[in-house]
Amino acid sequence: MAHLQDTAVKKINEICDRYVNEKTPLMMILSDIQKEYGYIPLEVQEIVSQRTGVSVAEIYGVVTFYSFFSLQPKGKYVIGVCMGTACYVKGAQQIIDKFSEIIGIKPGETSADGLFTLDALRCIGACGIAPAVTINGKVYPKLTVDVVPKIVQEYKDMEANA
Amino acid sequence: MAKVNIKIEGIPFEVEAGLTILEAAKACGFEIPSLCAFNHGECSKGSCRVCLVEATGARGLVASCVYPVAEGMEITISSPKATAARRTSVELLLSNHNKNCQQCEKNGNCELLHVAKITGARDDVYQGAQTKTTVDKISPSIMRDTSKCILCGRCVERCKNAHGLGILGFEKRGFETIVAPAENRSFAKSPCILCGQCVSVCPTGALMEVSEIAKVDEAMKAGKYVVVQTAPAVRAALGEEFGMPIGSLVTGKMVSALKRLGFKKVFDTNFAADLTIMEEATELLGRIQNGGKLPMITSCSPGWVNYAEYNYGDLLGHLSSCKSPHEMFGAILKSYYCEKNGIDPKDMFVVSIMPCTAKKYEKERSELSVNGLQDVDAVLTTRELGKLIKRSGINFTKLPDSEFDNDIVGDYTGAGVIFGTTGGVMEAALRTAAFKLTGEELGKAELCEVRGLQGIKEASYTLGGVTVNIAVAHGMKNAKVLLDEIRAGNSKYHFIEIMGCPGGCVAGGGQPYVKPCFLPNEDADILDTYKTKRANALYQEDASKALRVSHKNPQIIALYEEYLGEPNSHKAHELLHTTYASKEKFSD
Repeated sequence: MAHLQDTAVKKINEICDRYVNEKTPLMMILSDIQKEYGYIPLEVQEIVSQRTGVSVAEIYGVVTFYSFFSLQPKGKYVIGVCMGTACYVKGAQQIIDKFSEIIGIKPGETSADGLFTLDALRCIGACGIAPAVTINGKVYPKLTVDVVPKIVQEYKDMEANA
Repeated sequence: MAKVNIKIEGIPFEVEAGLTILEAAKACGFEIPSLCAFNHGECSKGSCRVCLVEATGARGLVASCVYPVAEGMEITISSPKATAARRTSVELLLSNHNKNCQQCEKNGNCELLHVAKITGARDDVYQGAQTKTTVDKISPSIMRDTSKCILCGRCVERCKNAHGLGILGFEKRGFETIVAPAENRSFAKSPCILCGQCVSVCPTGALMEVSEIAKVDEAMKAGKYVVVQTAPAVRAALGEEFGMPIGSLVTGKMVSALKRLGFKKVFDTNFAADLTIMEEATELLGRIQNGGKLPMITSCSPGWVNYAEYNYGDLLGHLSSCKSPHEMFGAILKSYYCEKNGIDPKDMFVVSIMPCTAKKYEKERSELSVNGLQDVDAVLTTRELGKLIKRSGINFTKLPDSEFDNDIVGDYTGAGVIFGTTGGVMEAALRTAAFKLTGEELGKAELCEVRGLQGIKEASYTLGGVTVNIAVAHGMKNAKVLLDEIRAGNSKYHFIEIMGCPGGCVAGGGQPYVKPCFLPNEDADILDTYKTKRANALYQEDASKALRVSHKNPQIIALYEEYLGEPNSHKAHELLHTTYASKEKFSD
């Protein structure tokens, strides 16, 4: 098993320290780690287990239960396609299929260059603008299939010019 | 306790407030078909939906294992609606279940099959996809087959309650949910101590010991000199495999059965327990007198040793270097015994009957060997011995009593017998340590301070001017308290006994299942009392022995005189002692 760098261990302990007074700090800790690193591998779960007393298996269960948490590093740009009922009936399936086709990855996967991750999300609470897509938090409302290639290209260009 | 008035099936009862419907019904003489109940809530409560009943004041049907009784509540168990709902719950469980019952080792002890029968579940009512299966057979001790798992969560709770470990947990969600160690790893690659407590509570065949019956068959077929030894706790429980009451002592019948099964010699591991005491008591006194590492901790329980190696690598120096008794016996059989009897040790095959699943792993440790031969070749659980006897046409309950073989090894004292229960090793060790320190025997053999099921027991003895503080813990949750004291440098003890399973070996992970639904003649509180009943059987055998201290065992005395020299001698170290090493929790 790979070992974590000291700086990472320090950071994770810092995150755990934020919630020492909480009765059930697990979700908050995991959420912060997910935001900080983009994923929560087993080595990190072990540290959280030591700090919280919650078993690694239980933490792993929480991480695999919520689609917000990830075991694998996510891409630089995380494309979240809402697959909630409203978005679905407005054609979210075609949208996610298009992203899938253009980038060449299935939902839940990350592209080989590490640029994109494609996620199917449950309802994100934006039914009024269905079908909705978020990319790193930026919301794309009432999306149609034909604009998907343009959006992907924008991010690719942004990366090429960076 | 406040009371409430309820009606069950139209009959009025007064029951304690706060009870669940299931508990109240049980107290009133009803048996609601259920799966996870009466295991002291050791399951993910209310999830299986097998125990549905109608209750006034509730919306729809309620799971009686979690729904509390209330004043005026009327409960209906037998209505068509309730019986159909329970049947549907079971049919749904079966729809995602691998129904190869004929081949399943759990057949006869399967609670799912039991509720399927009593609810009248029909075959293949619901057909469809099945959850992807994982079968883990990598560990030598425990196997996991998720195609049999009904996600009741008993194993998850037991591991947490007994050990504070929580090796198993629920993973993923919805239809993909499985119960597994983190990352769906094998038990062999997670910090599982292999105690088998999860096996003992699993209602189906999802968790079971790895069977070694075939290995023994092969050795017999190959014409090996196959000898067998039995741990003390086995005799206190084997009868249960044949419908005898819990707590029946079946030493004589067990020996008869083993002789009929074709073992060349039938030995009692208790002989080696006496040997362990000689080594361990000497080691303890050596540490006390020479400023060695204290407290010293017993090392008989391989589950506990695994726990220490995974979690307390810094404290391994506190563990007694003594091998566990059956390993000592194996080493003596393949050296002293073979030499004396002109047997080539390579031809000898040592089988240990143990109440334990961790012993299956222990026997494979490379340190536990003599001249390149493993001390012990196969470990069968008490349950596996039951199977071996059943398939061989032996009517166990009708067997006459026989004596263990004890030509030059095998004789034992009462001290060896009580090794099978929490506090027993401590009691046996103190009987001998007292003699070594004072030159006199203890006034009475029974040391009641270390008996019983309290999680941590402690006592202090002054022996020959030396004060010895001792503690006894069973279950890793309790052990952790004592270990953290040692780590913090404020442990006041000289000697600590730790056993992996709560209650000690009598309640080990390889013992006959205690499932109230299959034990109609046992008391309703059998889950609370079976450990004590089995332990009492051992105390009974101890009390019946003329010799109750290990150092008076004549064969042990002869073994030292003729072969080993003295306890902790060079030869004794070579054969009877071992080493430990810390282990990575999640290895690749």
